[in-house]
Amino acid sequence: MLGLGVDRLQADINRLLASLFHQGVLDEQFLQLQQLQDETSPNFVYDVINIYFDESEKLLRNLRLLLMDREFSDYKKIGLHLNQLVGSSSSIGARRVRNVCVALRSASELSNRPGCLRGLEVVEHEYHYLKNMMHELFQLEQQRLLAAGVRYPM
Amino acid sequence: MVCEMETDQIEEMDVEVLSSMWPENVGTEADKQFNVEKPAGDLDTLKEVTIEEKPTIADLTRLPELMNSTQQGSSQLTNLVKQWEYMQDNAVRLLREELKNLNRQREEAEAKELKIIEEYKFESNEPENVPVLDETSDLFRRFRQKKRDALVDSKKIEIYEEFDTVAYWKQKALNLEKMLEASTERERRLVEKLSESLKTMESQSAPVQELTQNLERAEGFLHFILQNAPIVMGHQDKDLRYLFIYNKYPSLREQDILGKTDVEIFHGGGVKESQDFKREVLEKGKASKREITFTTDLFGSKTFLIYVEPVYNKAGEKIGINYMGMEVTEQVDKREKMAKLREDNAVRKAMESELNKTIHITEETMRAKQMLATMSHEIRSPLSGVVGMAEILSTTRLDKEQRQLLNVMISSGDLVLQLINDILDLSKVESGVMKLEATKFRPREVVKHVLQTAAASLKKSLTLEGNIADDVPIEVVGDVLRIRQILTNLISNAIKFTHEGNVGIKLQVISEPSFARDNTLTADTEEQEQNGLTETSVWICCDVWDTGIGIPENAIPCLFKKYMQASADHARKYGGTGLGLAICKQLVELMGGQLTVTSRVNEGSTFTFILPYKVGTSDDYSDDQDEFSDMADHQSEPDDTAEGYFQFKPLLGSIYSNGGPGIGNDFLPHKVMLTSPIKLMNSFVADPSNNTGQSEMLQLENGGYVDESKLETSSGHCPESAHQYENGNGRCFSKESESCSSSQASSEGGTLEMESELTVSSHREEEKAETDLKETSKPKILLVEDNKINIMVAKSMMKQLGHTMDIANNGVEAITAINHSSYDLVLMDVCMPVLDGLKATRLIRSYEETGNWNAAIEAGVDIKTLENEQVCVRSTNRLPIIAMTANTLAESSEECYANGMDSFISKPVTLQKLRECLQQYLH
Repeated sequence: MLGLGVDRLQADINRLLASLFHQGVLDEQFLQLQQLQDETSPNFVYDVINIYFDESEKLLRNLRLLLMDREFSDYKKIGLHLNQLVGSSSSIGARRVRNVCVALRSASELSNRPGCLRGLEVVEHEYHYLKNMMHELFQLEQQRLLAAGVRYPM
Repeated sequence: MVCEMETDQIEEMDVEVLSSMWPENVGTEADKQFNVEKPAGDLDTLKEVTIEEKPTIADLTRLPELMNSTQQGSSQLTNLVKQWEYMQDNAVRLLREELKNLNRQREEAEAKELKIIEEYKFESNEPENVPVLDETSDLFRRFRQKKRDALVDSKKIEIYEEFDTVAYWKQKALNLEKMLEASTERERRLVEKLSESLKTMESQSAPVQELTQNLERAEGFLHFILQNAPIVMGHQDKDLRYLFIYNKYPSLREQDILGKTDVEIFHGGGVKESQDFKREVLEKGKASKREITFTTDLFGSKTFLIYVEPVYNKAGEKIGINYMGMEVTEQVDKREKMAKLREDNAVRKAMESELNKTIHITEETMRAKQMLATMSHEIRSPLSGVVGMAEILSTTRLDKEQRQLLNVMISSGDLVLQLINDILDLSKVESGVMKLEATKFRPREVVKHVLQTAAASLKKSLTLEGNIADDVPIEVVGDVLRIRQILTNLISNAIKFTHEGNVGIKLQVISEPSFARDNTLTADTEEQEQNGLTETSVWICCDVWDTGIGIPENAIPCLFKKYMQASADHARKYGGTGLGLAICKQLVELMGGQLTVTSRVNEGSTFTFILPYKVGTSDDYSDDQDEFSDMADHQSEPDDTAEGYFQFKPLLGSIYSNGGPGIGNDFLPHKVMLTSPIKLMNSFVADPSNNTGQSEMLQLENGGYVDESKLETSSGHCPESAHQYENGNGRCFSKESESCSSSQASSEGGTLEMESELTVSSHREEEKAETDLKETSKPKILLVEDNKINIMVAKSMMKQLGHTMDIANNGVEAITAINHSSYDLVLMDVCMPVLDGLKATRLIRSYEETGNWNAAIEAGVDIKTLENEQVCVRSTNRLPIIAMTANTLAESSEECYANGMDSFISKPVTLQKLRECLQQYLH
């Protein structure tokens, strides 16, 4: 907190990112996002990811509501939601979420309700994992920025 | 008849004796001793084998003597002789019996003759005178025959009463004559038999020869067996003088050995031992074996397995020993090698198991450490969530008590975070992951910064002092981050435990300490030699002293241990993780130094650490900026490099409010975090004095403002936005629709959603304003996309590529936008709500062809507004429409082309794809 841990924090960030890439949680698209961040939009990644989470949260909530409904038959709506989710996930490079969403979508195309429910579980799990990881990443990033920004006034 | 019976008997006996007396193979017994089943065959084989007579040392003359004098030697001979004797005895006995029988018969006959003679004394003349038989010439014989006959047939005589008649006598004489003949005949036969018997006796009187043969056979056998055996055999007398020796490979002549003892023959190792061994055997009278290694000049170093047995004479007295030796040097060597191998094996196995154990333990430890590190990592992320949330919470309106509680919560959270960071640090040091960096730094500045920093968060009235001796170099090389960490740690400790007075840092150069000299002499000198001694080392002793509560002496030893504090009381009172000093110590030791402490209760403590630093040459001073040079630039006093004394006295209120550019207490992390994360990042990345930061703030405000206006007038034309975009009036509608849609979307997500949306929209608007101002000639691009994330990403990419673009959220919006404005390129998502990309493209193409939106109106697009704007009829240039597909089955490229799209980009969109696309369709 005294501007001493910049290197360490950067190393932590890199390690975390590396592990996320290694696990396939993220893919190159995330790097694209990072590339897009520059001085004019210093928080681009953060913003995008935040919005992604907000949107996805809503979508997931809707999906769950839809699927939990007993007289449920609107697979088309589910498909639309999932398209959204797939699109935005692939846009930010959340590969695993995207993949499980695609799986869920194919289940919904087959009107396979148990498959959908299972798929939703998986999607939710992946989503939460991603969210935790991103949260940690941003925490680290924030700390790093803090540390990097420390100036000692005279 | 009696006589006949007797002869029968004799004959029977003869047959008996003959069969039993000379068995077919006399040498059976001897042969059996050698386990030879067929003596004849054996003999044959022996004949086939040519036994080469080799020069063996054997005193053959003495051997029989020896054989006679010793029990063992004679036993075989004795057996044979005894057997032979027995057989001879048997034969003799039988012969004697026969002889006795014959004698007795003869005696009887003689006795009868005498009797007859006496009976017929008185009439002796008459029968003599009368020649009864012509044939009888020998009167005496005839007479005796008569007598005997008379004797034999005395009963017959009595039968015949008329003995005085001539006839009678004639008859009698005839009878007698017959008897005489028979007797003679019998006698002759007996004599024949006797002579025959004698003959057979003579013919079979060769057992001695047979024995000799047997002996020869035995000897041959022994030769056959022993001729190639690497055996030395010998016999020694009571004084251990050799009487007989057999040696396959003699290296000494007979006369050199016989009659001498071992000691007299050989010299060297083992000779005495063998002599003693033989003597021991002789004394104990018990055969035994032993391995003896000889090292003699004669045959070098050889190991013999020696068998020695005592020899007794017939009287049971010891007369010497038999000795048998076999060379087993190779075997012994092999055996020893084997033993050694086995031993090595065992040792290796033991080592291996030991090693395995160690590895196991190490692995366990590593795993435990790894787990600790991972755990810490895992704990840190949720915890930072908790702390972050608490900090956000603290920005909301709270009453005093709530705020207090929240502050406790935040500071506890910070403490736990710090603890976890410490653990991670420590595990890094311990696992050797932590690498030291060598950077140039100025110790004075470091001390100053540390003290400044400490003073900044000081809540007590303490004076912080820094004292640097003049001989401390201006610049040294070391891991400044770690050194700062140590200093900060020690200083914060000192401040924590000091309630009034001073806390200070003192730096001075010292000579190389003794502990280092011992350790580094070997390693460092080499290193220095390698470096060519361009760098000199300097040892700097750093004291961090205070006038605090001090440390009791008994607590000092466990001071540097992990998770230990001086006492439980202190732990409660002062808090802390108990890891700080452990980390400091580890770091100092990692850098090759030493951390010590001296302390007196209630007077204060001094933590001293001694570290080696390299002093770089001053040439590269200018070009190699150390990492604090930029800080130096910030400082108001630029030329303080040589200053040796600093003092920071407690001031009222904010200490640096007048000196610095106003960050002040915002150093404290939890205070910094009072603002929301986004703002936090903005304000911190931007240097306070920098303009960008202000513009950022402005931007935020601006966003808020616009949003409010939007909320108020969610539909219709708002004066504010019109005012804002007066240059781009034509696009106001699209702007409007976009903000409408975003507010629609956000109405579902609550206030949090709204906030995040704000920043994005503000970005957009600002960008648009900018582009409108500056770049009117730029190509106009429309993005039709319903996914906010995709919009953001694509927009940002466009920005990087130097373009801006308008956004439509679905096909209807896209048509509206196209109707209102002319675009050079449309990026169209395929899968969209309300009106998907394929349909929208079809409608646009139809509009291009027909010049009206009838198709669109038919399709149900609300075209009211469109109709109003129908005035501006567009040129019928074909508008490039690029599809953005997610590569699913429903969105095949064929379908895209079929619906009038010009190209497609597969999602996710990347900079590269976008660039290529723009290059192709924009000129």
